Amino acid sequence: MKKILRNSVVQALLTSLICILLGMFVGYLVLLAIEPSGAGEAIMAVAKNFFGYSRPQIQMKHMGTTLVKTAPLIMCSLSVLFSYKVGLFNIGAAGQYVMGACASLYAAIVLGWSWIPCMILAAVVAAIWGAISGFLKAYFNVNEVISGIMLNWIGLYITNMILSGAKDPSSAYTYTLAAKGKAAILPSLGLEAVFSNNKYVGIAIPLAIIFAIVVWVVMEKTKFGYELRATGSNKNAAKYCGMAEKRNIIISLAISGALAGLAASFLYLTDIEQWQVTISSVPAMGFNGIAAAFLGGLSPIGTIFASFFIQHITDGGSHVDLSIYCSQISELIAAIIIYLCGFVGFLKIAMNTALDKADEKKGGKK
Amino acid sequence: MLLLVQYTILFACILMLVALGGCFAEHSGVINLGLEGIMVMGAMGGALMMSFMPDGTSALMIILLTVLAAIICGMLYSVLLAVAAIHFKADQTIIGTAMNMLGTAAATVIVKSINTINDPDNHSSIVQYIDEKKAFIVNIGGFEFSWFIVIALVALVASYVVLYKTRFGLRLMACGEHPQAADSVGINVYKMRWAGVLISGLLGGLGGIMYVTTGVSEWKFEYGVAGFGFLALAVMIFGKWKPQNIALAALLFGFFRALSNVYFGIDFLAALHIPSTVYNMLPYIVSLIVLAFTSKHSAAPKAEGIPYDKGQR
Repeated sequence: MKKILRNSVVQALLTSLICILLGMFVGYLVLLAIEPSGAGEAIMAVAKNFFGYSRPQIQMKHMGTTLVKTAPLIMCSLSVLFSYKVGLFNIGAAGQYVMGACASLYAAIVLGWSWIPCMILAAVVAAIWGAISGFLKAYFNVNEVISGIMLNWIGLYITNMILSGAKDPSSAYTYTLAAKGKAAILPSLGLEAVFSNNKYVGIAIPLAIIFAIVVWVVMEKTKFGYELRATGSNKNAAKYCGMAEKRNIIISLAISGALAGLAASFLYLTDIEQWQVTISSVPAMGFNGIAAAFLGGLSPIGTIFASFFIQHITDGGSHVDLSIYCSQISELIAAIIIYLCGFVGFLKIAMNTALDKADEKKGGKK
Repeated sequence: MLLLVQYTILFACILMLVALGGCFAEHSGVINLGLEGIMVMGAMGGALMMSFMPDGTSALMIILLTVLAAIICGMLYSVLLAVAAIHFKADQTIIGTAMNMLGTAAATVIVKSINTINDPDNHSSIVQYIDEKKAFIVNIGGFEFSWFIVIALVALVASYVVLYKTRFGLRLMACGEHPQAADSVGINVYKMRWAGVLISGLLGGLGGIMYVTTGVSEWKFEYGVAGFGFLALAVMIFGKWKPQNIALAALLFGFFRALSNVYFGIDFLAALHIPSTVYNMLPYIVSLIVLAFTSKHSAAPKAEGIPYDKGQR
């Protein structure tokens, strides 16, 4: 039993579960404070999401929708995770995501490209966006969090400006790809039929999982990944060993950017959502990626499950009784979960100390 | 032109207040990336206080109560950072990010719930305070003077005096430079850091309420404060963590932020036909450029962001 508790994977799972339960509990308390009578029902609605529907076909259809949005979230959290391993906090993932949306929708609607070039363009543009943060960090010592936030807002305004050319003048939303840009819609690979003909389900979901595995392999099994992690754990030691720490910072943020850019193309090229050019706040996807990355214990594989969970409760938020509560309750829960993730390091140390003490006692008795 | 001057001063005051808040936290050794969330909470406290003010409340009472509500909300919210960063050695970047997301989400939930309770058909996150806001404004020949400007100037002078001329301030700064040394001469580092974070909550809350009353009479809390907390951090870095420099840096940033509000009223700028989004982007672009030139030789407190551990030497 104690051996199991010392295992780092088990510890990561345990701490994540504690974060989730505490987060949901605080969410429940907030609901109670708003209106006690329906609070239990509301928090269950958040937790159930598509399971709340009675018919299995409809459940599958809505599960498909949650999965469609999980794919980009996995990519966003991979983006955050990748640079975090290099010691960089990529809060700019949100802005790189926005630039990815801009590039993929512009290529799809205005240029009429097919989906693969659209995705590549999104990755490249977002990689450049990420590399700007990296360049500023490496050569000018600018804190990547602050430059990331600035680039988020700059990216948002640029995107609104550029995509204004990809919409009907009477509407605030870009054209649907079904109307203009059919070639760019992601193929469904037959997955559509599995999820009760939810036409948005497609290649993005398996691709996101493949990317998670690739990120894991690159980070854990290659020399390049080792160098990046070494730069992350001790910049000076890495430099001393002859690793190009400046180059590594820029490259890792560029890769992070590419991942976030792909995230956007995974969402917008399914045609499930259109870009609203009057939007005045950065989409939450990139920030939720931070939540998923930390909830997943900073492991690419854990990220897949954490992303599904975060998207699950985000969608679940829209199932609460909207005449009393509001859907932002799930954003609140997600934020609390990230806050609690800040305590994970402390929890692990406390757990290990408790185990050590128990061992000592046992040893003394012998 | 007068309008440009007016908005420059107003935005500069907001940035200065929040940047001074960041300055106190960092001098005590805690990086406060949650300023954005603190601003939202302060704004919410103040805005709700104004909207609940009964008709006929005197202007002085409105000002006092609103400011008090904003300060209290900001300080209470900053406790989240203090507990995590000082006692649990949490990663301050994660905590700050979480606080920013939580601030907007919580404010939206709270405001929406209150709106829905008052009027079952009202599901918006908007708080209105058209009449109450007038208490803050004195019209002097076309120039809308706001009492917040006085508050901000008082905060500036007070910050300077507290940081450099009092025992408390010097001790606070010692905790951000070398907490072990400070501890060895009998300064309670934990207490000092608590003080630093709470003061940043106070100033951040003030900045928040000032932000949502500048140029508008209602606020939609789903929008948060549009990265203003981070602009304030840029101001703080550009100001080299010194109150007097922060004031000057805030003027520069305030000017670019004000441009986006009033450029269409200035003939030669309007004649250029630059899209409004370019003006909206300007403050962020300027801050990137400014940061690139000023971050190289950082004047940041040496021990900022590092949790203090009594056992370490």
